[in-house]
Amino acid sequence: MKILSRLYIALILFFLYAPVAVMIIFSFNSSSSVWVFEGFSTKWYEGLVYDTTMLTALEHTLIIAVLSALISTVLGTAAAVGILAIRKKVASSLVMSMTNIPMMNADIVTGISLMLLFIFIGNLFGLNESLGFITVLAAHITFNLPYVILSVMPKLRQTDANLVDAAMDLGCTPFKAFFKVILPSISTGIATGTIMAFTLSLDDFVISYFTCGKYQTLPIVIYNMTKKSVTPDTYALSTIIFFVVFALLIFYNMLQSKSEKQAAVRKVGAK
Amino acid sequence: MNKKSFGNQLLAAPHVVWSVIFIVVPLFIMLYFAFTNADGGFTLENVKQIGLYKKAFGISILYAAIATVITLLLAYPMAYFMTKVNISSQRMLMMIVMIPMWMNFLIRTYSWITILANTGLINTFLGKLGIEPLKLINTPGAVILGMVYDFIPYMILPIYSVMSKIDKSLLEASEDLGSNAFNKFRRVILPLSRPGIISGITMVFVPSVSTFYISQKLGGNKTMLVGDVIEYFFNAGPDYYNVASAISMVLMVMILVCMVIMNRFSDDDSEGVII
Amino acid sequence: MKKILSILLIFALLTLSLCGCGYEYHNLDLRAKYTREYAGTEITVYNWGEYISDGADGTIDVNREFEKVTGIKVNYLTFESNETMYSQVKNGGVKYDIIIPSDYMIQRLIKENELQKIDTTKLSNYDLIDDRYKSVYFDEKNEYTVPYNVGMVGVIYNPKLVGEVEHSWNVLWDKQYKDKVLNFNNPRDAFMTAQMLLGLDLNSENTKDWNKAADKLKKGKANLQSYVMDEVYGKMETGEAAIAPYYAGDYLTMVETNPDLKFFYPKEGTNIFIDSVCIPKNAKNVEAAMLYIDFLLEPQIATANAEYIGYASPNTAVINNEDYYYYQNEILYPSEEDMPKVQYYHDIDDKIRIYYETLWVQVKLY
Repeated sequence: MKILSRLYIALILFFLYAPVAVMIIFSFNSSSSVWVFEGFSTKWYEGLVYDTTMLTALEHTLIIAVLSALISTVLGTAAAVGILAIRKKVASSLVMSMTNIPMMNADIVTGISLMLLFIFIGNLFGLNESLGFITVLAAHITFNLPYVILSVMPKLRQTDANLVDAAMDLGCTPFKAFFKVILPSISTGIATGTIMAFTLSLDDFVISYFTCGKYQTLPIVIYNMTKKSVTPDTYALSTIIFFVVFALLIFYNMLQSKSEKQAAVRKVGAK
Repeated sequence: MNKKSFGNQLLAAPHVVWSVIFIVVPLFIMLYFAFTNADGGFTLENVKQIGLYKKAFGISILYAAIATVITLLLAYPMAYFMTKVNISSQRMLMMIVMIPMWMNFLIRTYSWITILANTGLINTFLGKLGIEPLKLINTPGAVILGMVYDFIPYMILPIYSVMSKIDKSLLEASEDLGSNAFNKFRRVILPLSRPGIISGITMVFVPSVSTFYISQKLGGNKTMLVGDVIEYFFNAGPDYYNVASAISMVLMVMILVCMVIMNRFSDDDSEGVII
Repeated sequence: MKKILSILLIFALLTLSLCGCGYEYHNLDLRAKYTREYAGTEITVYNWGEYISDGADGTIDVNREFEKVTGIKVNYLTFESNETMYSQVKNGGVKYDIIIPSDYMIQRLIKENELQKIDTTKLSNYDLIDDRYKSVYFDEKNEYTVPYNVGMVGVIYNPKLVGEVEHSWNVLWDKQYKDKVLNFNNPRDAFMTAQMLLGLDLNSENTKDWNKAADKLKKGKANLQSYVMDEVYGKMETGEAAIAPYYAGDYLTMVETNPDLKFFYPKEGTNIFIDSVCIPKNAKNVEAAMLYIDFLLEPQIATANAEYIGYASPNTAVINNEDYYYYQNEILYPSEEDMPKVQYYHDIDDKIRIYYETLWVQVKLY
């Protein structure tokens, strides 16, 4: 049974990674084909350096991901606190359902409805250009928000409300009480939300496709490339991204298990 | 006291304003487009036209349903076996399952072409063995495979995270009460992992039914899923915004109905599992 | 975590962009000719994919050279069909300064008052345009357009896979080539293959004609491997597919990679098109756009483009240049007697257009 289960896990992982392996192998192809491997070369990696379209798109992607993650974290954390404070159940569930719409809805519907909104606003105010940096940023914040709220909220529920009261009895302003008491106890939830927002934003294609105008992000550029014959340079870039993510996750994992060990040690010490 | 909670409620205000502008208003604009003609007059013409695209809806639902079932069948044992290895390997496995999600799904989908093409890896290999090439690419099968592949982590992770939280003592209790392996699974594990299954199903079905890339690349553009129809019309110009909005509306309603049905199955009002 | 991630990624980006100096500028001697009055401004150019010399393999990178000579930044975006371009121009999401549509789309844009007039007397190189490509039906007074490329549609095939074939559109429907055949993934060109075979008018205003063509396309679907646009390159070059209708210029690019490929113009006739440079009505930087158009007409630049793209050039400085790689190439510049029967696309009445663009979905869903 044990062998069977190991084998099954291995098979699924093989399925998950076969295309990734193909991508990595062909990124080192010496010919421009992604079908026939003709020899080893790193020229596609060197070529990336010259590819201004791809580099600009990477820059756009990072800017949007960082900004949208930060803004949605601030908006979303505040919202989570606010929603929990709403006493009327109808009102709070109404707000929550509204919040959840982008998460539940198909991306293509979200993307198109946002595009229609931006074009409508553009026409209304006679703007020069209705799609661009601002619109793609707004779109990303919109679809990030529910994920931030849903990661912060459970942590917030676990926080003892009496602590806030205690802090305020001791003379804290509500503002200060929030920063001194609530914020530290929900910080892991906030971090999860931010990371998730960042990831979603990095990877988003469909919604950006309808809202980005000429502020093209990396997935859009890759989409345009796959409309032609893909050359190994797209694979090379994806391989780099793959290894960066891989290294980061390993690093994160190590950090986490280290801090867990420390926590365990502390517990033992306390006993 | 009242003052304090009033202040706290206000913290939700920016988010509420934001959501109204960027979530609710856009949907109403779409609704407006769906029920007007190019000149802005009220019409039901767009909605009537949807009948022309019923086949697109049909195959989208069919493909997405098949893909979801296959994904569930593949992911469930995977999640179960993952809970069986030791804790540090579990975390490692979870990461390994997640990493492909960080890669651009366009590229992941595209590299399947290299594998499945007539002159691709599988057929080259078969050719070396003297076997006639198989027709793999540009088929419905390839499209479904693409859906399964792209979205399987969204099925594995929620199921795994629910299963890993199942109280071990429950399992032991069922063993003590004489359950065999099958009964233990049917009476304890399966019901307790249901919330994970439900959220997995929604997270695979929704993107599958509305995709517009997988069918183009792996299906050779030979048919159109709903997503493809919507994309085609939006790319054909403002003449089609009305009919495309109507199709999008129907797609949205369809997804909502599926959600409601799915939620019926999850009896408790748990918040659902997000990764 | 997020911090580390973003710092690392930004670091990677910086290192990449710091050494982003790989392109070697060519010695064009155009500095003196072009004013730097608009340096620091920017223009947005919207062109077909793979439709400009981009510096690959030591060729001229037209946009970079233009930026260097004039100091104007070029935002370069691409589209893959006239319809996509039209929808982007129309919805006003982005304001373009230069667009390069085909004939029938230009006619439609002019009709809808989306283009502005170009004062060709201000273009120092306008006289280089061959008279054959001036005063064409869509712009009889040469007010709105400057021709960029000329092309015709033909059929590319791979004799190694299918042997010699009949020089007719019928090859796309011939059962013996089942699963080896491609067709266009855009309605106008795909309908054209059927219309030509059935002897129908490409610009018919009769829905019955379009129905006939649609039925023909539906019948052909069983034979078809896939509908493609620029994916045709990979598929034909690797032998994944054996027969594909596409633009003649692209055949010349493909045959460089796969010398087995051959090409013919079908006997029933085919479509001829002119892609021309236009300035949209709401362009933001018209002066810079004028410089860009003039720059595209420069003999060196036009030659580099013609060689890179492989389409026929309307520029006499290219056509008459004996060093031009495709000088007197018989596919691009067929002699009078080899010239196939050709028809332009015209802008069709909106009702009919919407009819066939919707019909196309039915063909796909069949």
